[in-house]
Amino acid sequence: METFGFPEMMFILRSAGWTLLLTALAFTLGGVMGGGLAILRLSQNVFLRTLASGYILVIQSIPVLMVLFMSYYGLSMFGIELPSFFAASASLAVYASAYLAEIWRGSIQSVPFQQWEASSSLAMSRAQQYRYIILPQAIRISLPPTVGFLVQLVKNTSIVSVVGFVELSRAGTLVNNATFRPFQVFGVVAAIYFAICFPLSRLSRHLEKVMNASRNH
Amino acid sequence: MKLVLNFDPVWAELDMILDGVLLTIGLSAAAILLGSALAVLLVALKSLGPRWVGFCVDAYVELMRNTPFLIQLFMIFFGLPLLGIKMSGAAAGLLAMTMNLGAYATEIIRAGVDSTHKSQLEAGVSLALTRLQVFRYVVLKPAFAKVWPALSSQFVLMMLASSICSFISVAELSGAAAIIESRTFRSFETYIIVTIVYLALALVLKSSLLALGKWLFPNASGMERAEAKATPAIAGAV
Repeated sequence: METFGFPEMMFILRSAGWTLLLTALAFTLGGVMGGGLAILRLSQNVFLRTLASGYILVIQSIPVLMVLFMSYYGLSMFGIELPSFFAASASLAVYASAYLAEIWRGSIQSVPFQQWEASSSLAMSRAQQYRYIILPQAIRISLPPTVGFLVQLVKNTSIVSVVGFVELSRAGTLVNNATFRPFQVFGVVAAIYFAICFPLSRLSRHLEKVMNASRNH
Repeated sequence: MKLVLNFDPVWAELDMILDGVLLTIGLSAAAILLGSALAVLLVALKSLGPRWVGFCVDAYVELMRNTPFLIQLFMIFFGLPLLGIKMSGAAAGLLAMTMNLGAYATEIIRAGVDSTHKSQLEAGVSLALTRLQVFRYVVLKPAFAKVWPALSSQFVLMMLASSICSFISVAELSGAAAIIESRTFRSFETYIIVTIVYLALALVLKSSLLALGKWLFPNASGMERAEAKATPAIAGAV
């Protein structure tokens, strides 16, 4: 049995880097998909709207674990073999896209509808309305819940070990299997997650206060 | 390449899936009841107890909300036996789910409690209610009514998160899927079926909770509900 020493600690810390990278890539990909879905969800075309809300409903009603398995095995069924890091990021992006789409849809809808009317009376196209009038306001509104969701995403990266990728949680499991010191090992792992998530949670709450302050007058 | 799906080997394991569904429902139902009870206790401690107790409650809530459920589960499952507390995977899963849901529900219910108007408390006191009675009838019940929608979605999320218990070999729905997968080598088919079952469970649970809310709190108007800003806009929170 090994002891829980410096090399194990370094291994865990390095894996925390992978957790961050995974979060970043999943958030970027998921953000692009989620943004598109949010706009589809608000489209004037009934078919597109139903499609987007169906996707969002399904992804939000199944466990993240199933999203991971489905996208992972789904991809390999179609003969696409991705390195585990990209497979994991893509799966997490599918999960993130549904939640981000719903957050951003809410933000877009909370822009007063007079803004739509005013901009359309200026003969703006729908794309222009989004670009110059609606999105700049919606993005401000969406910041607190988006940062809040980032916390959920960081925490949910912990289950991608099922598709064979070694990130923070998997590293903890491996070290624990070798040393069998669960309190120390998972204590350190939990502390690292906390160090990533807690500042984000605080930031989200702070942003919410700042936004509410400006909305009140 | 040609895509071939063969569900027959998976259907042959239907018993296993049904057992998994039952365990998922059992774990979730127990965690929802125990977790809510824990949350009410914590909210009461924070509202009625001295300051340092409130601080401890806050610390607990932040700790649970900012670490992954998986790590909490591992701590309990691998850690507690070292302290001499032996428990099965399902028991460890239930404990972790209860502690996790307890923290999230505390945060949600507290938001409802905080929105109670001061005049309501004064009215309660003027009716000679004790502190505990005021808390129970004037603060807690309306708070529940206000945050019920947010609480319901948290319950659904907890049911979905019970799938993570498969990491410690609990044979709930996901765990059953893992076993069937290794027996049949039909991974995609297995997960398609299990995903549909989860989808159905989530939709049924969501609508039953909404119906239950209407039945429990018939007087809560839509306006009042919308007022409570407890909605975890950041859903997916476990």
